[in-house]
Amino acid sequence: MTKILTRMGDNSNVEFTKDELRQEFIDGSEFAAQKAKIPPLTENEIDYLVDMFAAPTRIWGVQRGHEVVMTKDGCVNALNSSQMSSGVVAPVNREVGVRLYESMLGFDSMEISHNDYSVKPQRFLKKLEMLHVEILMETTIFPLLYGFMPNLGLYFKTDGPFDNPYDLMQQGKIEEARATQEAAGEKCLEDCIEMSDCMVEMGADGIDYDTVASTGDGEFAAVLKSTEHVAKKTGLPVEIGMSTEMVTGVHGSIEYNGKRLAGMWPHQQLQVCEEAGVSIFGPVSTTNSKKSTPWNLGKALVFVKSCTDIAKVPIHPNVGMGVGGVPMFETPAVDVVTRCSAAMIEIGKADGL
Amino acid sequence: MGTGDPAGMHMAHLLASSMGGIRAAGDLVARMQLSKKMRIDEAKKYVADKLHVTPLDLSDPHTMRLLREELDIGTITGVPGVAKGIAAKARIAQLLDIEINCVEQFKKKTGLHW
Repeated sequence: MTKILTRMGDNSNVEFTKDELRQEFIDGSEFAAQKAKIPPLTENEIDYLVDMFAAPTRIWGVQRGHEVVMTKDGCVNALNSSQMSSGVVAPVNREVGVRLYESMLGFDSMEISHNDYSVKPQRFLKKLEMLHVEILMETTIFPLLYGFMPNLGLYFKTDGPFDNPYDLMQQGKIEEARATQEAAGEKCLEDCIEMSDCMVEMGADGIDYDTVASTGDGEFAAVLKSTEHVAKKTGLPVEIGMSTEMVTGVHGSIEYNGKRLAGMWPHQQLQVCEEAGVSIFGPVSTTNSKKSTPWNLGKALVFVKSCTDIAKVPIHPNVGMGVGGVPMFETPAVDVVTRCSAAMIEIGKADGL
Repeated sequence: MGTGDPAGMHMAHLLASSMGGIRAAGDLVARMQLSKKMRIDEAKKYVADKLHVTPLDLSDPHTMRLLREELDIGTITGVPGVAKGIAAKARIAQLLDIEINCVEQFKKKTGLHW
């Protein structure tokens, strides 16, 4: 029987029969549907995906006219950073890199940020960051957002001044663990607002909060409040890109507009982000490297569809290394990246990536 | 989008799914998504109507390369005399009937008004 060559979630090769391939999509889809209590992929959608993956061509793409716009996180880290950011250590600075993304790569928009991508270290470089934004705003044409990760984890000992909630929880000090997250969340919010406001002043087209809720519900709450500030006080757009499919309840009882943030799935995250005033929402489905790409893509598409079905704002699912069905490997193979890319639009109905 | 080496990630998504930025009209559609929270079909229709083309034309590097030069809103290849940087964005703001933050800042700094 003919075997179909595709990839595992770690980017390695794997072969399936057509029936096995179909079952991978179904299993991934049902996994997400059961977890988040949302509809799985339909038979027709699975048929499209099977045909796409069964095609022997190296790359795939959307139908002409179905193209979408790209927003970007991590600035030009992939050009001038190290292996940590899949960077190729190209000898270019940030200004040159952004211009290359505009002119050489034809990107639809771009994000400016520091290589050390969290708001806490960026705040110490505020004046430098402002200058780079100011200069780039005068020399580029495409929309430029300023971005960072809120990364609440950096505010806890040993990286920061606040008691570490994970240590406190191990000692059974649950109330103390919650209190330290609330205090750190306030400081994180203060930093997010300070860095957002100064970039608005420099002429940025918007703010991008990336890898949101990586430290759980306390971090998500800080980002929602910061989004509310930027959207309502300045009128400028905010993009929120999440870090994973479910908000971890590190605190457990933090709410936004009466809704408990812990345990929220992408379609629920979208709703609170919209209430906060977000302009673009980026849902995430993390890749399980021990499962196949079809399994991971099936899972990701269910989460994305649950957002695009109800969204009032554009949905840009995260499709970088290790998310959105894309393998967790620093040089992801184009055969599966292009298929995940097209599937997010043709099946997921994404407004951008 | 996300991280990954440029050839495996950014170029792959660009070829598979992207409107192509200033190579076509991706930057203009992105502006409508950001500034007006328009979803993709609405954003494309808005821009297409303003440019008097079809939504399909917005991703076409042939149509848009010629039209961008004619409208003087910046081109991907270097053409002497065609608007660049903030000059192109000032013209885009007028064309799309939107405010662009840095253009507004530029007006304040220079005292120019239009």
